[in-house]
Amino acid sequence: MSKPINEMGWDELVPGAALYTFQGDIDYNIADMQPEERLYSETSSKAMSVGDWRVIKPVWNSETCIDCQNCWIFCPDTSIIARNKEMKGVDYDHCKGCGLCVSVCPTNPKSLLMFEEYETTEDALAKWPEKKKKGE
Amino acid sequence: MNKRVLELKDVEVWDGNMSNSNAFRQADVDVVAAYPITPSTATIENYATFHANGYVDGEVIMVESEHAAMSACIGAGAAGGRVGTATSSQGLALMIETLYQASGMRIPVVLCLVNRALASPLNVNGDHSDLYLTRDSGWISIDAFNSQEAYDMTLMAFKISEHKDIRLPVISNQDGFITSHTAQNVRPLKDEVASKFVGEYVQVNALLNFDKPVTHGVQTEQDWHFEHKAKQHAALMGSKKIIQDVFAEFKELSGREYKVVEQYKMDDAEVAIVCLGSTFETAMLAVDQIRKEEGIKVGIVAPRLFRPFPLEEAAAALQNVKAVACMDRSAPGGTVGALYNEISGALINTPARPLVTNLIYGLGGRDMTIVALKDIFRTLDKDAKAGKISGNIQTLVGVRGPALSYYNVEGK
Repeated sequence: MSKPINEMGWDELVPGAALYTFQGDIDYNIADMQPEERLYSETSSKAMSVGDWRVIKPVWNSETCIDCQNCWIFCPDTSIIARNKEMKGVDYDHCKGCGLCVSVCPTNPKSLLMFEEYETTEDALAKWPEKKKKGE
Repeated sequence: MNKRVLELKDVEVWDGNMSNSNAFRQADVDVVAAYPITPSTATIENYATFHANGYVDGEVIMVESEHAAMSACIGAGAAGGRVGTATSSQGLALMIETLYQASGMRIPVVLCLVNRALASPLNVNGDHSDLYLTRDSGWISIDAFNSQEAYDMTLMAFKISEHKDIRLPVISNQDGFITSHTAQNVRPLKDEVASKFVGEYVQVNALLNFDKPVTHGVQTEQDWHFEHKAKQHAALMGSKKIIQDVFAEFKELSGREYKVVEQYKMDDAEVAIVCLGSTFETAMLAVDQIRKEEGIKVGIVAPRLFRPFPLEEAAAALQNVKAVACMDRSAPGGTVGALYNEISGALINTPARPLVTNLIYGLGGRDMTIVALKDIFRTLDKDAKAGKISGNIQTLVGVRGPALSYYNVEGK
């Protein structure tokens, strides 16, 4: 893009406000590249933080996680970061705090739980519940 | 071009719906997504028959509502196909949200709008309340006054809509029943000629082009929404010249000439009416009769192009008249009719300052007859000679009960 959209006049914009996801044409195998290596365009949501839309956040506990990928499959905002089928964490720039990842997590105790935004990860992990006993 | 050609005679007997259907067939539409509603049903019904009999290579999608019909057209258009649909009245009302999406997203779509009154009370007959509902939707809106014109306009609509400098959806209007269900002689182009005229569909930012992934229907806030709407408006305003070029190119093929503002006997007219739709043709007969019988020099002005509104051409057409009646076939909802607004606005900055009145007529398909039009011409003639409007500015004509008229400006 020649200049930032916020500096463009009406005559310089793409008709219909169509936005390209990547810089240039995709004449290479983009499926083999990790998201952090891809050349996202300036107008792609990749570079835009919408984390402040969230009021509560999911915190991930690597001790109990079994890398089942359920949260990665169900997340509606592709905000679960996984590499080589291993859970790596949550993309807090794009997570909206819907809590779907928590509800689909199958472990006992859950490996993802919702906490207040101001809670630090250390404090959240310190408050993690114990495994539920049968009948509890 | 469709693999199977339909052999047409030089003159076919088609109603307005059949004219639409054949224009769609010849335009090689990729996707028609539609939901039936009177009086536009037959546009799609005929087209689906062509499809079932192998005369259409594209897809026909039956959807669950008019909202879904236009949504499917937008999706297929964004994906990179030529698309079209048809509707009327309540269907248009349900579709209205998506009309704004189509124009804002700059997706070419052709919508055959067979004009019908909006409920309530429920009514299936022709008036222009649905046409007026689309006024600010950002669509190009073209009006056909008979079945031949419905064929011509719908066919040209594809070429106009998809032009690289326009890329805006187009509505091809015709009057419900009076045009849509009246079989008339229509001279169509041969399939090959029509297909070549419309041309190959050119994809722009197609969703199915995986070499350049693109998002359609994005969100823009105060930082750049205004610029996008400005660009859209510039394309719509710029479309008039291209529409005139397409009209000229079509004349070369068909011999039929269209103008953005149609006129009848305006050369020496002293009074005039402004109207849309089939009323233009009824008025032609009324004008001929009253000129011969009573010597009243009356003419007709009818915007062929409703959006973008041809303000300069409309103003130029009315420079030499003393009185104008703007005839709106739609309940005006608490103000003057749309044509009165447009025409008054067109004339206010010009040297000509004729008396301008507003006639609300023909609601719910009530006939506008030659007799009634001659009465209108006599009133115009009387007002022109007196130099003032005899009654109020707005009058409901052809309604039973006590006279109903509104608005009076001191000095008029």
